[in-house]
Amino acid sequence: MSKQQIRQILQEHGKFPAGVDALADDADLYAAGMTSHASVNVMLALEDAFELEFPDRMLKRSVFESINAIHAAIAELTA
Amino acid sequence: MAGALRCGRRWGDSLRVGTDLVQIAEVAAAVARWGDAYLRRVFAADELAACRRAADWDIASLAARFAAKEAVMKLLRPDAASALAWTDIVVQRERSGAPAIRLSGLALPLARRAGLGPVAVSLSHDGDYACATAIANCRSLTTYPENEKGKK
Repeated sequence: MSKQQIRQILQEHGKFPAGVDALADDADLYAAGMTSHASVNVMLALEDAFELEFPDRMLKRSVFESINAIHAAIAELTA
Repeated sequence: MAGALRCGRRWGDSLRVGTDLVQIAEVAAAVARWGDAYLRRVFAADELAACRRAADWDIASLAARFAAKEAVMKLLRPDAASALAWTDIVVQRERSGAPAIRLSGLALPLARRAGLGPVAVSLSHDGDYACATAIANCRSLTTYPENEKGKK
């Protein structure tokens, strides 16, 4: 699991107005333009790509707010 | 010290309002792309039953319900560390046909903490968009200044 894979998913499903290439790993994805509905698509795409399911306790803004946060959440679920 | 400020506390009421706008095409694309995985993560069983058509889904109604969930989330104001599932906020239909909100799971402690009363909601859709607005009374402790003689 790499941050580049996460970036690819965000690029395809996050609907960022300016794309994700210029986003730092700790950039706020919501501030960068990810809408609530886009975050649903991102979540489902991550679950599909990494064959996992985010439990309800992880359905929080802080889990999906940055590439680093998503990476850490996936690492926790796949440990 | 003369003129020292004293503060009292009392329960006060205020209104919270939340609104959300959703592109219906985004919901349609999500249903087409993710199917049941999307539907069961976002909508409760009775919401899906209300939006089911013979061989398809009433996408505009699904989109309006998503907007309603987001509108209610804006009332609850979860912080970044508070978990909240979309299915913890459910749009129901009363006998009159009017929409109502049922909170459950992780939404309940958030509502209690905020001092929220019953939530009223209105949904609509037209053309490319669906929208919803939610409003609730919020009862919370507020501070007020007392004068130097302790009068309110």
